[in-house]
Amino acid sequence: MNSLKIAIVGGGLAGLAAAMKIAEAGHEVDLISVMPVKRSHSVCAQGGINGAVNTKGEGDSPAKHLDDTVYGGDFLANQPPVKRMTDMAPEIIYLFDRMGVPFSRTKEGLMDFRRFGGTLHHRTAFAGASTGQQLLYALDEQVRRYETTGKVTKYEGWEMLSLVLDDHQVCRGLVAMDLQSLELKSFAADAVIMATGGPGMVFGKSTNSQTCTGSAVAACYQQGARYANGEFIQVHPTSIPGEDKLRLMSESARGEGGRVWVPRNPQDTRKPKEIPDAERWYFLEEKYPAYGNLVPRDIATREIFQICLEGHGVGGENQVYLDLTHIPADVLTEKLGAILEIYEMFVGDDPRYVPMRIFPGVHYSMGGLWVDFEQRTNVPGLFAAGECDYSIHGANRLGANSLLSCVYGGFVAAPSALEYAKNVERGETEINGIYEAELKKQRNINDGIIKSEGGENQYKLHEEMGKVMTDNVTVVRYNDRLKATDEKLLELQDRFKKISINDSNLWATQAVPHARQLSNMLNLARVITLGALNRNESRGAHYKPDFPERDDDNFMKTTIAEYSDQAPVFSYDPVDVSLVEPRKRDYSSGKKAPQVPKPGSELKPSSREESMPRNPDNKEEFEAAKD
Amino acid sequence: MSTPAHIEKPRLDKPPPTIKFKIHRREKEGATVNWETFELQYRRNLNVISALMEIRKNPVTIEGKQTTPPVWDMSCLEQVCGICTMVIDGKVRQSCSALIDDLLLATNSDTVTLAPMSKFPNVRDLKVDRSKMFDHLKQVEAWIELDGTYDLGPGPHIPNETAQERYAYSRCMTCGCCLEACPQYGDDNYIGPQAIAQARLFNMHPTGKITAEERLNGLLGEDGITNCGNAQNCIQVCPMSIPLTKAIYETNRDITVNALLGWLKK
Repeated sequence: MNSLKIAIVGGGLAGLAAAMKIAEAGHEVDLISVMPVKRSHSVCAQGGINGAVNTKGEGDSPAKHLDDTVYGGDFLANQPPVKRMTDMAPEIIYLFDRMGVPFSRTKEGLMDFRRFGGTLHHRTAFAGASTGQQLLYALDEQVRRYETTGKVTKYEGWEMLSLVLDDHQVCRGLVAMDLQSLELKSFAADAVIMATGGPGMVFGKSTNSQTCTGSAVAACYQQGARYANGEFIQVHPTSIPGEDKLRLMSESARGEGGRVWVPRNPQDTRKPKEIPDAERWYFLEEKYPAYGNLVPRDIATREIFQICLEGHGVGGENQVYLDLTHIPADVLTEKLGAILEIYEMFVGDDPRYVPMRIFPGVHYSMGGLWVDFEQRTNVPGLFAAGECDYSIHGANRLGANSLLSCVYGGFVAAPSALEYAKNVERGETEINGIYEAELKKQRNINDGIIKSEGGENQYKLHEEMGKVMTDNVTVVRYNDRLKATDEKLLELQDRFKKISINDSNLWATQAVPHARQLSNMLNLARVITLGALNRNESRGAHYKPDFPERDDDNFMKTTIAEYSDQAPVFSYDPVDVSLVEPRKRDYSSGKKAPQVPKPGSELKPSSREESMPRNPDNKEEFEAAKD
Repeated sequence: MSTPAHIEKPRLDKPPPTIKFKIHRREKEGATVNWETFELQYRRNLNVISALMEIRKNPVTIEGKQTTPPVWDMSCLEQVCGICTMVIDGKVRQSCSALIDDLLLATNSDTVTLAPMSKFPNVRDLKVDRSKMFDHLKQVEAWIELDGTYDLGPGPHIPNETAQERYAYSRCMTCGCCLEACPQYGDDNYIGPQAIAQARLFNMHPTGKITAEERLNGLLGEDGITNCGNAQNCIQVCPMSIPLTKAIYETNRDITVNALLGWLKK
């Protein structure tokens, strides 16, 4: 068998998962990443990874994990890949266990599991409060092992600029730029896997890393790849506002018993500890007795947002308390040490003694490159995995499903790309010259940026984009404001043509890469904004007060955006709901509407009633269930 | 269980109206170094990264000279990726978690001084190339030798105490603080604490133990563990509080035991 060459763009969890599988199958990988892969944004995931291993005797199962995921995603995800993922989840977690991830363990020495938002089961494996870092390192180590055998070649400090397409619009590789020398190089490949993560930087400040620009994905979109469900942007309910970014306070803070509250009297100026229980308003627990503080993210976000909008925020400002101070400090240190350190480090207060102040922040994109059930995009030879694909989370992602979907995506994309590369018939296509032509095109774009002298400041344009997107295209959306946002984006695109880069030293400059990213981000911003404008309903993370209900008749559809010179062209694909019958999403009572298994599906009749005697309101029973 | 008393940390009560940033400038590796000073209005809750972002937007020095924007590395801004490490007021640390208030309080001045780490090639300004650290991880084979990634069930039973001890080592983000502070590290003469701690991480794992000797062998060369001069600077600067000196001690012990056993077998 000939050795195939697969180029992978992005070295986070999804990219490394794919690289490991391809190298293990005996093929070669070129791994392109804007920075050393060990520093990828996956390190920021704190809480854990979901898998229904049912070690707590709760009757958990992959079928219930599937149900929670598609229900939490408000029935916008195609269900077959979700089922495949939840079925694969236990073996993925066990594999990480074998790789030596220091998961927290039970007395017996087995892996421990915690509860997370949007489920009633202990389904989340965790390693302290830095699970993403630990999982990424495990894959980084395995890929380094393959690096020493020559199967994987890393190009760290290289940024992808474009795909190389042949005259049949088949992907034959890519062009990337060395971020030190600005040298461009083409990478020929039998297939390309995109694994570049999310586009948080489109919103200026978010919980994402500075490298999460979505730029490479936007380049694919502009070369013909379909972008799906772009309007579904998860805003995390609990982030720490900062000058440079919004830092995440993990959902595990609520999972371990954190309580969200505001003073009943918004004018109350006492220190939080001095306010007696009766004068605190635990608004999530009051409105959602069954799930309490562990309602799914979109609901928690809107409730916190709304409370502050109505003037109930702490000190009248955009902030509420997230309180852990009722839990012993040493317990908090063991279970949540890393994330509590983050708060203390960046705010200066110790959350073990002082309630944290938090507010929602842009966190995750459910939308991304359109892929089929084998992670294939519509561009032959181009695959996608992880946050940069749209396939798993529907209209809203459940906590601790992102690490899982990254690994799952990589594990499916790798064999799928190899299968494609083995069987593709190349025909009479002429590839001589296509790499040179693409290199020339990209060089010209860079030269244009370097020579441009219109006086506009690109960092200022980025700030303006971030502000208008955050103000109008996040928690609450109105059609008139969305239209105005698109007009603003068009203005920014126009002004972008007149930027002057302010760096005369081109060695290792940030100016040229940032300009490339900004241009691409503006394109993605339009996809997100216009997708939201077109969707006149409320579903998951997408909420329009003028259309407050979910509208399955008109909008249980995947939004598809395709690039054109004028504006994105939108169409809609039906959603495969063949496994779990759509039902109204309602977390206000503990009893979800029963699951109705469809003929031929593997779901067993619901045993949800029996499996959830654990009422989170009953503190004692809830605590017992955790030990 | 007793809860330690909570002590509030000191705060900067009288901030200066403006803050000065004295920044190490170098066009590229090998070029001459010069220093430029920039001035920003004081704002609460600034960190070094937000100050650099502000300077990058409009790089004009305190003398009013238009200059090039300083270049530095950044990514997560949560002190978990390690990339933004630099030397701030003479101390190696991550710039994202360096709060301006704390810096001014510590130096009792209105100036913050930023320099790149000195033990690595200086790419430009504040940016360095730490690829050698990743090579060191290859040298000690810092991974578990898996039979394969297919489904073979869960890993071995492990006491939670062991898992927690390993977790402390596993938080290493390859930032390089320990190497910058180590008086022995430099010029390829010593592999340094980070790689030794990573060898220890895997040698403590029940599966990792099987190939422990290979990892120890990676530490026996000329740049090996015996170069540690026991200055204990590494543990002082590690932002993740990794017990680096314990790792060095225990790894040394394992090497001695191994050598003795090998000698007895002869």
